Amino acid sequence: MLLIHCPYCEEERPELEFRHAGEAHIARPADIASISDEDFAQYFFYRDNPKGLTFERWRHIHGCARFFNAVRDTVSDKFVTTYKTGEPKPDLAEAANENKPQAKKGRGSK
Amino acid sequence: MAREAMRGHKGWGQQWGSPEPRGEYDVIIIGAGGHGLATAYYLAKEHGVTNVAVLEKGWLGGGNTGRNTTIIRSNYLYDESAGLYDHAVKLWENLSQDLNYNVMYSPRGVMMLAHNVHDVQVFKRHIHANRLNGVDNEWLTPEQAKEYCPPLNISQTARYPVMGAALQRRGGTARHDAVAWGYARAASDRGVHIIQNCEVTGIRRGGNGQVTGVETSRGFIGAKKIGVVAAGNTSVVMQMADVRMPLESFPLQALVSEPVKPCFPCVVMSNTVHAYISQSDKGELVIGAGTDQYTSYSQTGGLHIIQHTLDAICEMFPMFTRMRMLRSWGGIVDVTPDRSPIIARTPVSGLYVNCGWGTGGFKATPGSGHVFAHTIANDNPHKINAGYTIERFNSGRLIDEAAAAAVAH
Repeated sequence: MLLIHCPYCEEERPELEFRHAGEAHIARPADIASISDEDFAQYFFYRDNPKGLTFERWRHIHGCARFFNAVRDTVSDKFVTTYKTGEPKPDLAEAANENKPQAKKGRGSK
Repeated sequence: MAREAMRGHKGWGQQWGSPEPRGEYDVIIIGAGGHGLATAYYLAKEHGVTNVAVLEKGWLGGGNTGRNTTIIRSNYLYDESAGLYDHAVKLWENLSQDLNYNVMYSPRGVMMLAHNVHDVQVFKRHIHANRLNGVDNEWLTPEQAKEYCPPLNISQTARYPVMGAALQRRGGTARHDAVAWGYARAASDRGVHIIQNCEVTGIRRGGNGQVTGVETSRGFIGAKKIGVVAAGNTSVVMQMADVRMPLESFPLQALVSEPVKPCFPCVVMSNTVHAYISQSDKGELVIGAGTDQYTSYSQTGGLHIIQHTLDAICEMFPMFTRMRMLRSWGGIVDVTPDRSPIIARTPVSGLYVNCGWGTGGFKATPGSGHVFAHTIANDNPHKINAGYTIERFNSGRLIDEAAAAAVAH
C-alpha cells in the first residue's frame, strides 16, 4: 500500500484514504462544443501513460476530500512530490535532485 | 516418449529454435506473449507469411501470459464482443490438436454469481443477448448453483447472499504456459524466428512515414510491417512511433494457495464482491484480484487488494478459510476507456497494434492472434475485428463492455 502525502492535511496517510483520479494537468477545452472529434478524443480518451515519472491527480476522499496533484515514478511507484491543485507543474530536474533515492528514472523511459 | 523414459529424459531436443536475427523480415511482432506468438503462428499457417520474427525483451510468455488466472469464456454483452470472444472459444476447442501440443483446455464451466437485484437483471440480459448471438449461457437458481459447485455458500445469512448465477458451460480454463509454448513450437516449426532477450528501443520510419524496422538491444532489424503486441507496455512502444494511445496501464494481481486434492469443480466469478476462483490441475486454488487504482509498470501491487479478495472468497466458500496462500504476483494490464481491445491498423503505415485487453486477454488468445494475423497480412481487418479500431474513440462508436459490466474489471 502506498503512503501518500496530502498537501492540504500536510501529513502522510495510507492509500486507502485516497482515490486515484487519473492524469493531471489536462485542461478542459474552453469551448468544448466547437472542437473537432479528434481533439475531443485526445482530451477525453487519450493518455500519456508514461513509464517513469508521471503527473497524476489524487483525491483525499476519506480525509479532507480535496483533489491534489502528485509526481510519481510508475516503475518504482515512489512519489517524488505532491502539490496543491492549481499550482504549476514542479520542475522535475529539481525534484529529482531533492529526492535522489526516490526519483530514479524508469528503465526504457524517454 | 517411451525411449526417453528409458534414458532419463536426456535426449529431448529444443521445442523452438533460438536463431540469430536476420537483417530484415516481412513482419516483426513485438512481444512474445500468447497473443504475439499466436499472431505469428496464424501468419505462417493461414497466410503463408513465414519470414516473421517475434521479438521479446524478456523470456517467452513471461509477462501477462504467465501471470493470468487462465479463465476462458465468451459471455460478453455486445455483438462485437460475442463475435470476437466466441471465435476464440471455438479455436480453443480444437487448439491442442491444431498445435499438436496439449494446452489442457478444460471446459469445466464458468459461473458468475448474482448478489443483488441489479446483478440478476444484468446477467439475465446477458443470457438473452448471448442466446441471440449463439453463445451458450444459462440462468441457475441458488440451489442449482450449489449443485453445480458444492463448496458455494448460498446461506441467506452471508454478507452478500447468492441470488442466482449465470453459467457458461463451454467456459473453463487452459494451461497458460502450454499455450505460449505450443504456439511458439508450432510457429518455429513453420519458420518463424522467436528472438528472446531482444528489447525494442526504437521504431525507424522512412521518408514517407512508412515503418522500415526496429532498433533493438541486438542492433537494427528491418521490417516491412510491424505488429505491436506489448500488453502493458504498448503505450511505451507506440510512443517510439510517435503514436499516442487511449490506454492506461494498471497492476493486476493474482495468487495461488497451497495445492490440495480436487475440491473445486468449475470457475466461479463474482463481480459484486470481486473475487474469482478455480482450481488448477496441480491442485492450487487460483484466485484473481482486482486492479490497483493507480497506473504503474511495477508488476506488483498493494496487499490490501489481495486481502479484499480473500475476504470475499472466505465469505463465499467457508471451507477455504483455513487454506494457506502460497504465492502472489502482479502483471501490468493496458486498459482502454471502453474496456474492449484495439486490434487494428494505426495512423502509421505498416504499423499495427493489438492491445487494450485489460484484465481479460488470456481467454481471447487464439482468436486475437487469428484476426490480428489477418489484419497484418491483408492490411485490412477481419470482419470479426472490424469494429476494434483506434478511431472508434474519435467517432464515439465504442464497444462499451465497461458500462455493460459483463466482466470483473
